[in-house]
Order: sequence, then structure tokens, then C-alpha cells
Amino acid sequence: MLKSTTAHSETNSRFQKTMEVDPLIQDLTLQDFFQASREVSKQKISRPSLSYWKDAWLRLQRNRQAITSLGIIAGLTVFTLAGPLAWRLDPAFQDLTRISEPPTFAKSVLVLGEPEPFQELVSSEVPATPQLDAAATLKAPGLLQITGNPTTQSVRLQWSPSEGASGYVVYRSEEGPPGEDYLGVPIAEIEGGNRLSYEDRFNLEARRYHYAVTAKNGAESAGFSAIETTLAPAIRVADARKLTPDAEPGTRMTLPAHPLGTDYLGRDLLARLMEGARVSLFIGFVAPLLAMMIGILIGGVSGFAGGKVDHWLMRMTDFVLALPFLLFMILFKVAFGAGAGESGISAMLLAMVILSWTGSARLVRGQVLQLRDSEFVQASRLLGASWVYLLLRHLLPNTMGVILVSLTFAIPSAIFTEAFLSFIGMGVAPPTPSWGSMCNDGIQTFLTHPHEFLFPALFISMAVLAFNLLGDGLRDALDPKMRSVQ
Amino acid sequence: MLKYILTRLLSGILTVYFIATVTFAAMHLVPGDPITGNKATSPEIRANLERKYGLDRPVLVQYGIYLKNMVNGDFGISFTQQNRSVNDIIRSHFPISATLGIASILFATFGGIFFGALTGISRKKIYDRSIMFGVILAISVPSFVFAAVSQFFMTELNQKAGTTLLPVGGWGGLSHMILPAIVLGLGTLAFLTRLMRSSLLEVVNQDYIRTARAKGLSPTRIFFSHQLRNAVLPVITVLGPAIAAITTGGFVVESVFAIPGLGRYFVQAVQQLDYTVIMGLTVFYGAFLVFMVITVDIAYGLIDPRIKVSARSA
Repeated sequence: MLKSTTAHSETNSRFQKTMEVDPLIQDLTLQDFFQASREVSKQKISRPSLSYWKDAWLRLQRNRQAITSLGIIAGLTVFTLAGPLAWRLDPAFQDLTRISEPPTFAKSVLVLGEPEPFQELVSSEVPATPQLDAAATLKAPGLLQITGNPTTQSVRLQWSPSEGASGYVVYRSEEGPPGEDYLGVPIAEIEGGNRLSYEDRFNLEARRYHYAVTAKNGAESAGFSAIETTLAPAIRVADARKLTPDAEPGTRMTLPAHPLGTDYLGRDLLARLMEGARVSLFIGFVAPLLAMMIGILIGGVSGFAGGKVDHWLMRMTDFVLALPFLLFMILFKVAFGAGAGESGISAMLLAMVILSWTGSARLVRGQVLQLRDSEFVQASRLLGASWVYLLLRHLLPNTMGVILVSLTFAIPSAIFTEAFLSFIGMGVAPPTPSWGSMCNDGIQTFLTHPHEFLFPALFISMAVLAFNLLGDGLRDALDPKMRSVQ
Repeated sequence: MLKYILTRLLSGILTVYFIATVTFAAMHLVPGDPITGNKATSPEIRANLERKYGLDRPVLVQYGIYLKNMVNGDFGISFTQQNRSVNDIIRSHFPISATLGIASILFATFGGIFFGALTGISRKKIYDRSIMFGVILAISVPSFVFAAVSQFFMTELNQKAGTTLLPVGGWGGLSHMILPAIVLGLGTLAFLTRLMRSSLLEVVNQDYIRTARAKGLSPTRIFFSHQLRNAVLPVITVLGPAIAAITTGGFVVESVFAIPGLGRYFVQAVQQLDYTVIMGLTVFYGAFLVFMVITVDIAYGLIDPRIKVSARSA
């Protein structure tokens, strides 16, 4: 206000100055004036009339956060619906040879036949338990070598005996070559100086390993014998046939990629996330929608009817509102239970709808009360409009914006609730994945295999964040009260 | 004011009664009953057990017994833990949850007021923007994610430092409380920050602020004794729901951090379908939350002089 008056007086003074000084104006003659053509005055400054929704859409488009969120939500929807068409791995298939694998590309592996049973090399030349006094001068076992083909299925080691040894210790290291101070992780202690071989099958990956072996007799020998090997990725034929039934030993086959890794049962995480998205987003969309519909019905009736009906409906709403939400979600989830083989999705939907219709009922009632006595509704009533017409033509369209905003905020909180319940084991039953239950599975191994927890957690957070930001944007775009402020 | 307090208390008692009734009804909806276990019981034993626990009586009589027990403060006996009554469980584990809850509500309230004030008064847009984005993030990310991630990073930090800077689980001294209290309070802190910001922005344009400025008060004085004092009041009103959020949030956080609080016991009871414990704890939690909300409302009425007028008219 203050600003505009000063601006006005400024132009005034400038105008006065030009009146006095400017010689051009003094030189004007009558010929300088002519009648303006009609065409000029016909030009009108106008913009196409905007409907409420068009205007809201324009406003929303200007909100960068909201539009990005809308994109993310669209992406998630495509991910959920079209994802399984593009990514055809079975989310329920358990590949027990690839448990808790971090994200991997497709890899080519050798199919091995059924392994020959490992024949331990027992020497008859050296005693199993020599005299103890040899401990002080114990030498390293000689010539560590690998027999057969070292693969990720097995590595067979063999060495020549050390005089006076009563046993051997085998080490494995993933880092550099073993030195005096670090040999690696001890993977086996072999009792008996005449046992000269070991088969390593534990948790092998297709990479370079260093093996070392020391002799022991009470104490370990200071010297060691070491070998370096790079393992070829391999799969046993029995496991290979679970993926491709016609796999033959000796051939190579390609194992499927797991872009997001596998879970604790070797199931593909990406495929499971897609299936879990269906559950999480289904609950996230349907529960608020149903609750909103009940809320509109009860709130609409309450506001429209007024009087005693209004009073009792609102008392009921107050009581349901007084129930602590998450506490009673848990209670109802227990009460409605899930029979054997059921996923428990419908029980969760039911519990969520029973507890969450109150907000929208109050909202709609307030809106209806406000609109019922507004001038345009009174005018319409005066013109003889029936109550159905009033409801459909005036009340509902005018509350739609507020309803839409509160629906957008109800979706993330439903996703949140589903995740919370599934996380404490009260959500959907185990074979059906949901983002929350995947988090619950993943957190058990979070410290060793963080990807199993982080990916579903990321999806939950992203979905909730996107809906929250979109809700903010929609509120700014749709709420007329906000406009006058801006 | 006295009348207001009495009305609130009465409605609170009514609400607790309603909660108890819904809980009872919900637990009776559960298919099967606690006696039907893994082992087959003969009909005679079954009948004896039913008589012992009153399960052979009509539902309404059972309901009456249940209400009487609740009024006497008897929440029942655990079905899965031997010789453990729900009262016992509450007595030994609620103090732990309460301690953690108080710590995190303090963190959330003071943090929320601080950050809200910071966004409300800072002239630089970048502060406002980044804090508000953090707020949205904290509201959107579930607490179990924060719990797990903070545990992960703390473990790494502890390993880097070579000592235990902060324990990542269990319960003991003050140091055990820091990480879970922060995680538990984070969502509420974000919520309060947002509220504080908008209420401060509303206060800034009030006439009395202009008057104070016209009087020549220093900006600090205006901020602390006029803006902050008035803006903080709405924050107090939502402390009731905030306490509810932190209480239920405790279910997850206590489980992740292995804190032997009541929330963790509740979750365990739910997972083991220990019906009497679920029932007892639900009513206990419900009553606790209802009366916390009432306490906050009354406290608000006492603090804010403006509320008295509306209370009288209500």
C-alpha cells in the first residue's frame, strides 16, 4: 500500500516537470491531432477464461517439486504395472546358490558335472602324531599346489608333508599375497601330520584368492607355503537344471543378472520389489480411497441433514477419532487375522478403512456446512433446485479440491502405515512381499548385506516423499485461501 | 477452568471405556481361543480350563468381569510367559519406555522450536529451503530406516574410532539413550519445525510486533519476548498427538535398538499372539494417550490466557 502511493506521487511530479519544460509540447499544432480509428479501440485485452481445474493445473505446473513428484509417482506406477512385463524373473524363485548377493550383472559360468567325491591324501611315509620335541624346529610344509580345476564350487589343495608336524592350518586371503604378519583367515585346522590335502568349498567367489598352509605341532611353524589362484565361476549341474532344464555338464551357461541383488533366500530383489510395490501401492491407493468415500458419505449426510443425525454421527466420529491409530491398527490386524494361505491384505484394508474415515468425514461436513448457507447455493435453492442437483452441481464440485488434497496426503500415510505394520511383522503374510516386510527381512542382515534393506527402504521413502511433495503442491494450487496470501 | 477440566476428564474416562470395549470386542473376533493350542486337549480338560478362566460364561458376563478387572487396575495374565501378569510387565518395562519417550520429546520439542524459529527469521532463503527439505525428508522416511541407517553409521564410526563412542543397542546409561531418542524424535521434530515456522510467520505480521518495533525495542528483545513467546503456543497444542506418535513409534525403535521397553514387549506379544497381553497393553496405552492429550490441553489452557474465554463458552 505504502509503496504504491509513493510510486504514484513520483510519476505525478515527473509529469508536472515535463509540462513546464518540454519544448516539444509547446510546439504542437492542431494538425498533430487526428481521430483514432475504431480498430484500435476494438482491441481488447483478454485471456481465455480458465476453469478452476485448468487454473490449478497451471499453478501446479509452475511448482517444480510437485511436477518432479508427479513424475516419480508416474514412474513408480509404470514400475509396478509394466515392470513385471519387462523384467521376467520369477520373484518367488529361490536360488540357494546365490544368497544375499549384492547387485550383479549377468555372468557366464561353467556347468560342472556331479563332483567326484574328494579323496583325501593321506601319506603313509610320515606319522600322524610325531614326537612333541620337534615343535621348536618345525618347518613349513612344502609345495602347496592345487589339484583339478579351481572353481567357485571347490578348490582342492594339496601339499607335501613337513617333518615333525602333527597337523596343518590352511589360510585363505582375499587381499595381497600372504606375508609374515598376515596369512589370511584360517579356514581349516587339520589334525594329523599325514593328512596332506583340503577341499575349500566355503563361500567362494569368482575372484583371486591366496591360500597358505602352515605346519603345527602345539605351536605353528613360522614358515608357510602359499599359492595364488583365480577361481572360475561355476555352477553344479543340479542347480543349473533348476534354471534351464536342459543344461549339460561341460557347457557354459549365463546366469541371470540381479541388478539390485538377491535376498536371504536368493530371490531376485528387483522382481520382488515390483511385486511388493503392487501390495504397498494397492493398499496405499485403495485404503484412502475407500475411507474417503465413506467419509464423504457420512460427512455429506451429516452436514446436509443437520440436527440430531448430525449430532450422533459426529459423536461417533469423535469416538473413532479418539482411538490411537497405530495401536488399533495392530489390534484390528490381530483381530481380523489372516487364515492360512491368505496374504492379510484385505484384513489390513478393512482395519485401515475403519480407523481412517473420520478425517475426511469431518472435512466434508465442514465444507458442506460452509457451502450450504453460501449465497450461490441459496440462490440455486430459490430457483427451485432439487437437493440432488444442489449436491451434484454445487456442493461436490466445490469440495472436490479439498478432498483431492486430503486424499493425496492420505496416500503416503497409508503407505507409511503398511510399512510400519509389515515391519513389526503385522502386515502382509510372508510369501507375499511388500516393501515393509522386505525391510523387515532385510534388517536382519543389514550390517553384512545392506542392499537387502536399503532398496525397499529407498522405495518406501521415495514414494512417501513424492506423495507428500505432490500434496503440498496440490494444496497450494487448489486451495483458494492460499492464493490470497501469495 | 475447573468446569473445563472436569468435562475433559469425564470425556476422557468415557473414551477409555470406549477403547476398552472396542478392544474386548476385537479380541473376541479373533478366530479360535487361547485354549486351543498345538496339543489336543480332551473335552473334560477343556471344559475345566474354560470354567477356570470364565470362558464358558456368556460374553456379556465376561465383558463385565473384564471391565471390573480393568477398573481395579488388573490388566490380566500373560498366556505365553509363565507367571507374568500384564501389570508386572508394565511395571518393569514402562519406566524404560517413558524415559526414552521423555528424552525424545524434549529433543523433538526444543529442536522443532529451534529449527522452526531459524527458518522463520532467517533472511537467507537457502536456510529456509534446506531446512524445509530436511523436514519433508524426515516426515517421509520411516523411523526404522533412520534407526537402521544410524546404527550402521555408528557401528562404522565406532570401528574407525577404535572405541565405542555411542552404543548402538541395549539399555544402560545415558549414552544408550542418545541414538534411539534422536531417531524416535526425528519425525516429530520435523512436524514441529513446520508448525513453528508457519506460526512464527503469522506472528511476524501482527500489529503488536509493529508496535514493539515502533517503541524502539531491539530486534533480539522483539524476537524473544514477542515473537517467540506467541509463536510457541500452537506448538504446545500438538504435543498431545506428538506424544502419541512417539509412543507408537517406540514400538519399532525399541525393537531395532533392542531396548527392553514396553513397546518392544507389545510388539513381541503381538507377534506371539499373546492375546491377554495385547488386550491389556492396548487399553493401558489407550488410557495413557487419552490422558496425556487431556493433560496437554489443560496445561495449554493454563499457559495461554486467551484460551480461557473459549473454554468458558465451550
